[in-house]
Amino acid sequence: MYAQLVETGAKRVKSLEEMSPEEREFQLKIDAETKIEAKNWMPEGYRKTLVRQISQHAHSEVVGMLPEGNWITRAPTLKRKLQLMAKIQDEAGHGLYLYSAMETLGADRDEEIDKLHEGKVKYSSIFNYPTLSWADMGTVGWLVDGAAIVNQVVLQRTSYGPYSRAMIRICKEESFHQRQGYQILLDLMREGTEEQKQMVQDSINRFWWPSLMMFGPSDDQSPNSQQSMAWKIKRKSNDELRQMFIDQTVPQLEFLGCTAPDPDLKWNEERGHYDFGEIDWQEFYDVLKGNGPCNKERVETRKNAIDGGAWVREAAKAYAEKQQQKQQNAA
Amino acid sequence: MADWPLYEVFVRSKHGLNHKHVGSVHAADAEMAMENARDLYTRRSEGVSIWVVPSSAITASSPDEKEILFDPSDDKVYRHASFYKLPDEVGHM
Repeated sequence: MYAQLVETGAKRVKSLEEMSPEEREFQLKIDAETKIEAKNWMPEGYRKTLVRQISQHAHSEVVGMLPEGNWITRAPTLKRKLQLMAKIQDEAGHGLYLYSAMETLGADRDEEIDKLHEGKVKYSSIFNYPTLSWADMGTVGWLVDGAAIVNQVVLQRTSYGPYSRAMIRICKEESFHQRQGYQILLDLMREGTEEQKQMVQDSINRFWWPSLMMFGPSDDQSPNSQQSMAWKIKRKSNDELRQMFIDQTVPQLEFLGCTAPDPDLKWNEERGHYDFGEIDWQEFYDVLKGNGPCNKERVETRKNAIDGGAWVREAAKAYAEKQQQKQQNAA
Repeated sequence: MADWPLYEVFVRSKHGLNHKHVGSVHAADAEMAMENARDLYTRRSEGVSIWVVPSSAITASSPDEKEILFDPSDDKVYRHASFYKLPDEVGHM
């Protein structure tokens, strides 16, 4: 999931009887699957939760460009380089769709970006891990984008119209990301040397658990889920989504001829799902708090990009004003 | 970015279809809005034509006025073809 631990500000979900008439009307609309649009009345908590979730999601897309940007100049062939650049450009686009959706809620893009730079808001924990080998470009596409797809496919039905529409656009583009990643790994496993195959396994070993953490804490540790689900901002619980991801990913893993770094991972005939081992939640919370391997570097890179581009934005504005002045003088 | 005005983007996906709202971009001027919209909304041949319109230029109906605006047409069933029943013998009309 690209948004983890999104605060709703609600201690518990109100019953219909406890709600004000406006809140009740709103909740009934949600229950009837009517999409909420920007100009509709909404509870302040709903608006705030959405801004938090969408901005976290947007920041994740933008920061998510960095681990891959690391490999543009080192891609093994021109074809791979073009594919990687196309994927990264998509991530930038996804960030922009989401910032636009967030702005319809009255949030300010610059303010939200400042909060990211000040460490006041989060982005997905997964992007705080380094990309050490070319195989990581395959694993990131396959596992990280794969986990994102599981989450985002469900979010297409989220209750807020602009967010839902952004998700639909994003999902259309996302499956290219996952396939290109898987193909990188397939090529290495089928045609690669022994060392290249080991490189793939090593990459999977490093990204397996962090990918599972993307779905956020387990349901009993996720105090905000209930309200988010009642508002239908969230449509499925963290554990449900994680299980879906594992179930669809393990056969792909086996097809590659690789293994997961989890001795407890095995098919459970009775449940009809894969069982898996306990996630290291301490690591998850550490990374989310800012103590992952790359947290500092990621935020610094983003901040430098914005600060370094300030003169370009100012120049573009000055140019636009000058052109407008010229036109007015000519008229 | 806040210095740059917001533009709403409309894309015609195919010849013969109407332009449809797809989202928004920030840009210093209309020309840049067009370029940004191209890069953001038509990376995979999603369009053959783009409109960009300053968001501030759009007048939208308010949800509060929904009843005043749209209710009057709800009770005019005679405006629909299905209101008029024809004998089977007449065939398709």
